[in-house]
Amino acid sequence: MAYSEKIIEHYEHPRNVGSLPKDASNVGTGIVGAPECGDVMKLQIQVDEATGRIVDAKFKTFGCGSAIASSSLATEWLKGRTVDQALDIKNTDIVQELALPPVKIHCSVLAEDAIKAAIADYRQKQGGETVGEPQLHGNKIG
Amino acid sequence: MAVKLPIYMDNNATTPVDPRVLEAMLPYFTQKFGNAASRNHCFGWEAEDAVDKARQQCAALIHADAKEIIWTSGSTESNNLAIKGVAGMYADKGKHIITAMTEHKAVLDPCKRLQKEGFDVTYLQPGRDGVIYGEQLRQALRPDTILVSLMWANNEIGTLNEIAEIGRVCKEREVIFHTDATQAVGKVPIDVEAAGVDLLSSSGHKLYGPKGIGYLYVRRKRPRVRLTPILDGGGHERGMRSGTLNVTGIVGMGAACEIAGREMAVEGTRLKALRDKLEKGIVSGLEGHGVHVNGHPERRIPHTSNISFAWVEGESLMMAIKEVAVSSGSACTSASLEPSYVLKALGIGDELAHSSIRFGLGRFTTEEEVDYVIEHVVAGVKKLREMSPLYEMAQQGIDLSKVEWSAH
Repeated sequence: MAYSEKIIEHYEHPRNVGSLPKDASNVGTGIVGAPECGDVMKLQIQVDEATGRIVDAKFKTFGCGSAIASSSLATEWLKGRTVDQALDIKNTDIVQELALPPVKIHCSVLAEDAIKAAIADYRQKQGGETVGEPQLHGNKIG
Repeated sequence: MAVKLPIYMDNNATTPVDPRVLEAMLPYFTQKFGNAASRNHCFGWEAEDAVDKARQQCAALIHADAKEIIWTSGSTESNNLAIKGVAGMYADKGKHIITAMTEHKAVLDPCKRLQKEGFDVTYLQPGRDGVIYGEQLRQALRPDTILVSLMWANNEIGTLNEIAEIGRVCKEREVIFHTDATQAVGKVPIDVEAAGVDLLSSSGHKLYGPKGIGYLYVRRKRPRVRLTPILDGGGHERGMRSGTLNVTGIVGMGAACEIAGREMAVEGTRLKALRDKLEKGIVSGLEGHGVHVNGHPERRIPHTSNISFAWVEGESLMMAIKEVAVSSGSACTSASLEPSYVLKALGIGDELAHSSIRFGLGRFTTEEEVDYVIEHVVAGVKKLREMSPLYEMAQQGIDLSKVEWSAH
């Protein structure tokens, strides 16, 4: 299957690869997926606590090119948004932007889940405020 | 000199037609176009002579008699004919078949169909080395076993089964032995007499012949194997496979077998050296870190290497080496979204199955190409590991098997 130019572009020049300090109170971390399923995304947001805006976002992804491109795009879109606005990012937006083929739609779903998990983690640190879908919380690590 | 791109390193999937093979085929398209079944004019005789010669060439490579070669469209058809043909002919003797979990779909799916029709099928599971041994087969045989179908060499990992021992066990128990030798014919020496093989599948396009041609070797003596045909028609090929013969393809397959017979020893030595260089280069480039060569290290066809790269997903690695054509056991490269069932059967774990790449060297692979592939695979794996949350966790000493992952 041929990839869209945008997927290849994100794959070859991924934005915002890296990690933020996961224990910081203004950093939310979401890890979704499983190695045996072939994709794991870690997405982190750093929030300016005064304004509620996301000032930085980073990702690391184990997965196919579409999964890497989806998470790269997600971090790009997250920066500058408020936490509430971040929840507006839908997987269908990612599908459209990257022209993901049907067989790769799960990559965009995973990216949306990662965003929600990161925000849930951030909100929990900020005082336990819950988000809409608690079942999307990330994995427990260590 | 710069290496020419893209590089083809997927010779287990298919091979290019050798120019010498094409040369032999060409006259049979336009000048010598007769139907080999036309018994009453010289056009037919000419085609029949060409088919007979090719039968000899194919038979010689596996130490069979020319009369034992039944032309088919390729190994999928050969496997279907062997398995369904034996089941149809010998069902009154028993309804048990033995095969392995690591077989090609062209063996597994006919077996599954027969299960629906009331046959009982045992699927042997190999150990981590991927090899099916004679002793394992012996323990699975039953009084009602009528057929054993076990491949000569595996298409994903290149592992060689213990064929001669399997053949011996089958002879002792008078069970028909079929082997899918698609990946082995022309690559390693094959002797159907010494190995006690009764039925053997082979395909032209895996050994530098054309696509759409293959054969099923069907033993005629000790025992004489009979098959129920799949196709009914003009009764060609001893009644086992009706249909006008694909003369150009047959000529090509014959020429390909003859060349393989002459050059296999030298070619195998050259390819094994290149394959070993590839593996050593990749392993040392990654300092042996998270690199697993799948299957048996020695019991392998010489030109195939299947490697899992921990913490890196196979399809994304294929993108990183986009100028190199290889295959991956990653789910993302299959329509089913399931990782390679062959690698899963070895018990290496789904994660490493997703992380696997098959390198298939071939007659036209050069050392420069191998050097290019080593360099780019090592760089690609390093780049993707920097991007991998699993690599990061492993570096932090987190045991990935103990993490509670959210399945999706």
